[in-house]
Amino acid sequence: MKWLINFFTSSIGRKLIMSLTGLFLILFLVIHLLGNLQLLVDDGGVSFNAYAYMMTHNPLIKVVAYGNYIFIVLHAVMGLILWAKNRAAKGSTYAVKSNAKVTWASKNMALLGTLILAFIFIHMGDFWWKMKMDVVPYVTIEGMDHQVKDLYSKVSHTFNNPYMVAAYIVGLATLSFHLWHGFQSAFQTLGLNHPKYSPIIGGLGKAYAVIVPLGFAIIPLYHFFVMK
Amino acid sequence: MKLKLKVWRQQNNKDKGGFQTYDVVAEEHMSFLEMMDVLNESLIAKQETPVAFEHDCREGICGSCNMVINGRPHGPNSGTTTCQLHMRFFKDGDTIVVEPWRSRAFPVIKDLVVNRSSFDRIIQAGGYISVNTGGTPDGNSIPIEKDVAGEAMDAATCIGCGACVAACPNGSAMLFTAAKVSHLALMPQGKVESNRRAKNMVATMDKEGFGMCSNIGACEAECPKEISIDHIARLNREYVGSVFGGA
Amino acid sequence: MSLDSKIPKGDLADKWTNYKSKMPLVAPNNKRRLEVIVVGTGLAGASAAATLGELGYKVKAFTFHDSPRRAHSIAAQGGINAAKNYQNDGDSTYRLFYDTIKGGDYRSREANVHRLAEVSTDIIDQCVAQGVPFARDYGGNLDNRSFGGVQVSRTFYAKGQTGQQLLIGAYQALSRQISLGNVTMYNRHEMMDMVKVDGKARGIIARNLLTGELERHAAHCVILATGGYGNVFYLSTNAMGCNVSAAWRSVRKGALMANPCFTQIHPTCIPVSGDYQSKLTLMSESLRNDGRIWVPKSKEDAKAIREKRKKGVDIAEGDRDYYLERRYPAFGNLVPRDVASRAAKVACDDGNGVAPTGLGVFLDFASAIQRYGKSDAHSKGLDENNQKLVTELGTKVIEAKYGNLFEMYEKITGEDPYTNPMKIYPAVHYTMGGLWVDYNLQTNIEGLFALGECNFSDHGANRLGASALMQGLADGYFVIPYTVGTFLAEEIRTPAFSPDTKEFKTAEAEVRARLESLVGNKGTKSVESFHKRLGLIMWDHCGMARTAEGLKKGREMIRALKKEFYAEVFVPGTQDEFNPELEKAARVADLMEHGELMMVDALDRDESCGGHFREEYTTPEGEALRRDEEYTYVSAWEWDDNNPVLHKEDLVFENVELKTRSYK
Repeated sequence: MKWLINFFTSSIGRKLIMSLTGLFLILFLVIHLLGNLQLLVDDGGVSFNAYAYMMTHNPLIKVVAYGNYIFIVLHAVMGLILWAKNRAAKGSTYAVKSNAKVTWASKNMALLGTLILAFIFIHMGDFWWKMKMDVVPYVTIEGMDHQVKDLYSKVSHTFNNPYMVAAYIVGLATLSFHLWHGFQSAFQTLGLNHPKYSPIIGGLGKAYAVIVPLGFAIIPLYHFFVMK
Repeated sequence: MKLKLKVWRQQNNKDKGGFQTYDVVAEEHMSFLEMMDVLNESLIAKQETPVAFEHDCREGICGSCNMVINGRPHGPNSGTTTCQLHMRFFKDGDTIVVEPWRSRAFPVIKDLVVNRSSFDRIIQAGGYISVNTGGTPDGNSIPIEKDVAGEAMDAATCIGCGACVAACPNGSAMLFTAAKVSHLALMPQGKVESNRRAKNMVATMDKEGFGMCSNIGACEAECPKEISIDHIARLNREYVGSVFGGA
Repeated sequence: MSLDSKIPKGDLADKWTNYKSKMPLVAPNNKRRLEVIVVGTGLAGASAAATLGELGYKVKAFTFHDSPRRAHSIAAQGGINAAKNYQNDGDSTYRLFYDTIKGGDYRSREANVHRLAEVSTDIIDQCVAQGVPFARDYGGNLDNRSFGGVQVSRTFYAKGQTGQQLLIGAYQALSRQISLGNVTMYNRHEMMDMVKVDGKARGIIARNLLTGELERHAAHCVILATGGYGNVFYLSTNAMGCNVSAAWRSVRKGALMANPCFTQIHPTCIPVSGDYQSKLTLMSESLRNDGRIWVPKSKEDAKAIREKRKKGVDIAEGDRDYYLERRYPAFGNLVPRDVASRAAKVACDDGNGVAPTGLGVFLDFASAIQRYGKSDAHSKGLDENNQKLVTELGTKVIEAKYGNLFEMYEKITGEDPYTNPMKIYPAVHYTMGGLWVDYNLQTNIEGLFALGECNFSDHGANRLGASALMQGLADGYFVIPYTVGTFLAEEIRTPAFSPDTKEFKTAEAEVRARLESLVGNKGTKSVESFHKRLGLIMWDHCGMARTAEGLKKGREMIRALKKEFYAEVFVPGTQDEFNPELEKAARVADLMEHGELMMVDALDRDESCGGHFREEYTTPEGEALRRDEEYTYVSAWEWDDNNPVLHKEDLVFENVELKTRSYK
């Protein structure tokens, strides 16, 4: 097993962890968005609350969810280790900043990642933690034989707070920048490049980096401006 | 043209070093290094120590010259080494800041001269095909697709100057290492030992204290031979393959 | 001193094969005990060090560069010759041998040149096995192109970077031996002197350039592969660091310098733009395959171009003098380098030069662009008479063939060579002369060998294009690994040498004193200023055209310059530190003495041959006049500060008939 340990402590091995966890999180974001779009359904929260119930009670989804948490932590911790190691490898920096054509995001992934992590804390503290701690009221949904937590109201309440809406917009913009580089970077690290397909992946990544955070951003904005 | 030069001066590796400002009169047809020659001649005339900088072929192929000019390795022009940069790309009255390559794995020797022998050690770790002199088959015995040979050539065009490391905010040597791994992995002759090569070269690269690639692409943007980071993807593939596929 | 070239007996074609099979060998167990020093790690040095390491010798390799990959072999652009006859155009070992002998104006040894032609094919196989990415055709086979001075396509190439790829191949082979522990590599170490013990070369004094420390290194033999001395002209296509010191220090210890006046002026370089210029840049000879060389017929047009009132494209076809095509219809633009260079000089001396300095001629691709464009349009079924389309297509073809060279030209001059003809002028490029060696590549000092450009042996008075890489690798990969055995087989009982003997200590003290006198000098003039002045003296008096009077005067000027150098040079810093100015000072000091010897040699050779052109010896048409009766010999010089002594090695031609070279 020494070879495996060697691999995951090598530069490329570490990068592979970033890539694989990153790709998993990219996949997760899509699922997360699709589910959450039910917050835009004008049914007083019936479909969203039912969905939230399913997500918190299906054993398979629970396992995946914990995997997801682990990957977030792994991605964040490994990212910070890489950042520290890379700073040490660089040593001193230049007196004049380079104006070479590289994306701003690519040079600031650690900063962006840290901001996203902070955002995740706010986000999970407000919803996940409150769900867990049972401070969310219950509601009856037609066709279900028991009450479910009214996460919908909780969300609606949060998104009526302008500060929280602003925090979400900033958080999602940060995520967008992170993905702008991260998406195709993950493929590059995996060595999945090809003269024909790489441009497609690149375009897909950029579309993803804009559409997914935008999709998420619509929810607080819709709640704040339209459903108020 | 009259220029103000802010040049990094550092006596040796232990010295802290700092910038010194000089006034230089240059001509637009001069190369950047010839402008540095003018500066040095003026320093020698004043019995001062000239600026130490590395240079040799002055035609963009030996990879000796290495200056970070206004924050960019080899200066503002893409696909150009310092020695091929000409002064017509600067204006009268410009202030030009000249610094050495910066990376832990490239310690400063004096002024603008750094030690790049870590690159040699990466090659020694496996950047070759294990074939002795003599007894080799006829050159045409293995046909190689024109495009494949061309791609290998594009990778092999690396001059080992270290601009990739200098440009990389992470101080990573992935482009340098990838260029060699990719060149040899593309050739049928080199495929035979490609597993061993990727593993050993990456291990040495890590040991030498280079940083890790985060696919920024600054190396590609500054490489005077414009080597593509596609080769880094190939190295990643080769490496992962060598660990999980190889014995 | 009698010079024994040790050429084996027998038929020319069998000499090397028979010699190899009868040569004394060293057993593997003995090889491990025998130490070899290789100085210089360019093509010849790196390939020799790698191969000797593979064979089991204990090798120490030295380079003054920070890495063996920086040697100036890397700058060779065009290609490497080999008699593979892959193109089925009538090439053969004999033809390569004959072309090289003829190209060298019959001033090289038949046996050496034939051996070179024989091993040329092995080099290609070797390099391909090492992974050198030579250019290939669509069938996947190796591609060839033709080069100046020959009528077959035998040049293998890797874009315009053949030297780089071959050097990297040798560097990789060397790196492998370093990693295996067979070769110990000394980077940033410069050889300051060669040490003789009992008349045999047994080591060197090297200076660690980082610390300034002098080191004594002993071995059973010393191999020099330290390149040529083109930098004696200050402006040349050589790298800034190229120097003659290793060879010259050996000459001062008794080695003979052969044919030093044979220097090659390359016809296609970018012209000088100003007196600040530090070096000249070569445009590969391969450009002459498609480029046509011309100057305006009228002096008025030439003047207008010089003064930038007109451009090359403004001159009508009928007003252009394609002088190479006119004077040498058989070879046209592909005449050998010496011929092309002299023709350019004649055109410019006549007042038809086109660069602002008056020293430049056009190299024009317009007709090649049209030719390729038409053929491409034809093969694509497009309109061959559409001028714009044809130019566009043709430009693309030229770009694919020479793109990197054109780009380099534009970077340096700021002019676009696709729309305006390039300006070129000859520049010092290669030195055929070098240390005298016998068939074994051993100098007259036992145990001292010289390889590559450092020796004199294979190119005579003029080297053909794409032959330098061939010779460097032939010597390193396929000759010295055998011939070094002729000396070392006798040394198996000699124990390892100690570098602490009197001879080494004396040599070290001498080096220290020499360097001390340079840094301790209380002068005011920079080393660079002396080097520049030396270069001008050499170019004016020992350049493309030489006269007895000029050479005598030139020699006196150098001697005066030397005196002034030691009195007035200023070298900053100390010798116990990283001090590039001191390195340069020591090299320039040696170049001056060597330059003097070049004048002496050029004066002795009362004939014109190859790169050596004496104005007194020309045919009525102005072509070089060789004097075979008197001068069919190698001039091997024993140095003396006042009266260098000439030793002659007569050249015997048993297989080729000496003819006047004609490219008409």
